[in-house]
Amino acid sequence: MNALIISAVLGVVMMFSGILLKQKSAIRTVAIAGILVLLGMSILDLKGIQLFSIDTREMIVFDHFALVFNTVIFAVVLLYLLLSAPDMEKVGVNYAEYFALIFFILCGAALVTSFKSLLILFLGIEIISIPLYILTGSDKRNLKGNEAALKYFLLGSFSTGLMLMGIALLYGARASFSTVISPAIIPQNMSLLYAGMILLLFAMAFKVSAAPFHFWTPDVYDGAPTVFTSFMATIVKVVVFFGFIRLFDDMFEPQQGQWRLWVTVITAVTLFIGNITAVFQQSVKRMLAYSSIAQAGFMLFALYAMSGDGKEGLMLYTVAYSAATIGIFAVLARMSDYTFDGFNGLAKSQPMVAATLTVFLLSLAGIPLTAGFMAKFYMLKAALGTPGSLWLVIFAVIMAAVSVYYYFRVIQAMYFKEPGDTPHPAFPSFFKGMLLVLAFLVILLGVYPELLLGRLYF
Amino acid sequence: MIAFLLILIPLATGLLSFLIREEKTAKAFAFLASLATLAVSLLGLTLMNSESNLQFIAPWMSSLGSSFALKIDGMGQVLCLLTAIAYPLTFLGTWQASPKNANRFFGLMLLAQAGMMGVFLANDALLFYFCWELALIPMYFLASQWGGEKRIAVTFKFFVYTFLGSLLMLIGILYLQSQTPDHSFGLSAFYKLKIPASEQLWLFWLFFVAFAIKMPLFPFHTWQPDTYEQAPTATTMILSGVMVKMGLLGLIRWLMPVLPLASFQWGDVVMILAVIGIIYASLVAIRQDDLKRLIAYSSIAHISLMAAALFAENLSGTQGVMIQLFNHGVNIIGLWIIVEIIERRYGTRKISELGGLAQQAPVMTIFFVVIALANIALPLTNGFAGEFLMFNGLLSAQSNFKVVFTVLAGLGIILAAVYTLNMIRKTFYGEAVSLRVPVTELKLNEQLALGLIVVIILWLGIYPQSMLELTDSFSKEWFSKIDVSYLFRK
Repeated sequence: MNALIISAVLGVVMMFSGILLKQKSAIRTVAIAGILVLLGMSILDLKGIQLFSIDTREMIVFDHFALVFNTVIFAVVLLYLLLSAPDMEKVGVNYAEYFALIFFILCGAALVTSFKSLLILFLGIEIISIPLYILTGSDKRNLKGNEAALKYFLLGSFSTGLMLMGIALLYGARASFSTVISPAIIPQNMSLLYAGMILLLFAMAFKVSAAPFHFWTPDVYDGAPTVFTSFMATIVKVVVFFGFIRLFDDMFEPQQGQWRLWVTVITAVTLFIGNITAVFQQSVKRMLAYSSIAQAGFMLFALYAMSGDGKEGLMLYTVAYSAATIGIFAVLARMSDYTFDGFNGLAKSQPMVAATLTVFLLSLAGIPLTAGFMAKFYMLKAALGTPGSLWLVIFAVIMAAVSVYYYFRVIQAMYFKEPGDTPHPAFPSFFKGMLLVLAFLVILLGVYPELLLGRLYF
Repeated sequence: MIAFLLILIPLATGLLSFLIREEKTAKAFAFLASLATLAVSLLGLTLMNSESNLQFIAPWMSSLGSSFALKIDGMGQVLCLLTAIAYPLTFLGTWQASPKNANRFFGLMLLAQAGMMGVFLANDALLFYFCWELALIPMYFLASQWGGEKRIAVTFKFFVYTFLGSLLMLIGILYLQSQTPDHSFGLSAFYKLKIPASEQLWLFWLFFVAFAIKMPLFPFHTWQPDTYEQAPTATTMILSGVMVKMGLLGLIRWLMPVLPLASFQWGDVVMILAVIGIIYASLVAIRQDDLKRLIAYSSIAHISLMAAALFAENLSGTQGVMIQLFNHGVNIIGLWIIVEIIERRYGTRKISELGGLAQQAPVMTIFFVVIALANIALPLTNGFAGEFLMFNGLLSAQSNFKVVFTVLAGLGIILAAVYTLNMIRKTFYGEAVSLRVPVTELKLNEQLALGLIVVIILWLGIYPQSMLELTDSFSKEWFSKIDVSYLFRK
């Protein structure tokens, strides 16, 4: 509960800091201090110290798992801000507003991870989405950005409509918004329930960019300013994933037989489309957009399996995937050339940056000793625990082998090709240090995943 | 402790090597590091071969049911010794080659050694899988950065092939782990499993494909000749001499004893693949003009024969494979050293452009002839003992088609003699070609490396017992695990 209220307050604080503070570095410092406070509040909550006690009538319940997840998310946001906050200056003039929007998104994230009512889920998703529409179009002079924002807004509203329809149908079937299954709530009309469930499934699949609801993703990720693409593709995506799984775990467990087939198809199609299309990209940014679809395919295994292993896998995925992707996007945001050729010979001019990028790419590809491997490992383990899933798992690893193709293209460009005419940008030493921290984190969790997973149970 | 040191020394020295600035220092450092590993390996073989020294267990990922468990058994001794000897030989034999960024080159080489040692020693499936990949990554970078013209595409193919195979193996490992009563990745837990035959039949292929790609067996071999040709010679030596043994070790330790029924059932299929590989690779080798490619294809034939002998499932064949694991590695490194010397001195590896080397370099010729004869298993060379045992094993296999397999595999030996002797005739005898560089005889380091290899060849050719005793009890124990003949005795 601490984080929910503090993040909303911090959003307002950031808006005023834009008026009061003239220096951009001061605004940045306030934002980083803010996220530190948020992180601290979340940890306090984990220790059982709650600053606010509000009766939400069981509509919001911060259980242990949600609190751990929130803490991890805030830590990732901290890393993201430390690494990428200076790059936001290049986007436009409203520096403080960007941070305000990010804090509002985090407020939505706190709702999406803790809802026990469909209304709260809807609120959370919308509080996340609307600032995202703005961030996507925040570079006002960029036509591609404008197009992306409009596309995102139109398609996003459409999926919101689907979601509301689904919620309405579910209310019709159960006469309650609560996601908890209790003897007091007996579904009256099963066909209404199924229809609502499928609509919710589609709406959530849209938000996590699972195929065949992924069509907005490449254009939006490509058009949005790179710093915000990074935020969207990592933090927002895993938060919505968490909500997705929480919803189906709480509410639709008895109907598992009905929705598992849908999820199987969505998983397989997502893995296929994400990986195969990524192979053909020429721009690293677009490749990462498709890669994020492909990784969503793997995250869907957590939903598919709906087991302890799957949740542990999602937790690891959150850190592994976010840390690696944030690192790559941060470097990409400073590159002048977004094509694969733009990375040619980076290892010669920037050996340190190239080495950390290699760690991130290996992690995304799922090579052992990186966190990405352990995350995929847990997902495969969870899926194998479900009877009759062998073919899906084999399909997934074949797709993982395909993914090596596009991740390694960057490595090949950096190490084995001669540099082109345009010189590579210089990277400040603090930035390099942060990259090292991220790479260290990726390797640490690859060797000792228990550091994170151990926190889940006590 | 010995087991742990065998991984720790190359790992630590490999990482340290990245910090060295001087090119010459890096080379000397790597050589000393490899000697240290060799010394430890020899200690484990002789003075400190007590159980406690050869085992190492530390907690690691215990919540998953995994642990950092290493153990040197009979086969482990042979393979660790091979890995430990291969590195000094490689460094010594290629001392003149000076790669750019030597510190990174030697660092990656040593890291690959750590990975391979891990594969040979791991007694835990997850650790095995980790090391399996760790050995691959440095090799990928080595071959892609310091290799020939087409290196990027070729080594990438190699990487994707192996990676896909290993992922399939991961599924297999995960499935087996879920079947163990206490959800453990330990090797002993896997050995205790009694998987129903119907499940063994498909599980077999998840593992087999991974190992077959690594060895490589027909039809998974297509990456191999290109990679051997394009990789820098020192890397090729390690790839062909040591790394291919990872596939065979996988079969011996992780596949056949765990899934004995399937191994028996699919034995004929594997034999057919192996025999096709022997004949096909030998025929292609005859047509090769490039020395590197010729040796690459010859290696496919040899490895295929070893796979066939394994699936003969008897003691003689197994012992033959054990000794051949070592012999093949040493012999092929010897061949590469000479190819490297020829290429550097004469500027070409094409057989058609070479000739009459015997007049100009008699000492090299003697070395080469001895190693080449060992490669085709002439009596009194190390290859003979191994191949004799393997053919003996093939002939007493359970299969209905054992005679056909043995005859066809034997044909491979004749073909091997054809291409090897043909190569010697064309390259070392015949008319001398005009040279680009003035001829010099072998340098001291090359003489040392080749001399050592010849000593090993003759030693194991005359007295193979010394190696066979090492693996005797291992082979017997292994055979008792894979033996399914009780099913036929009623």
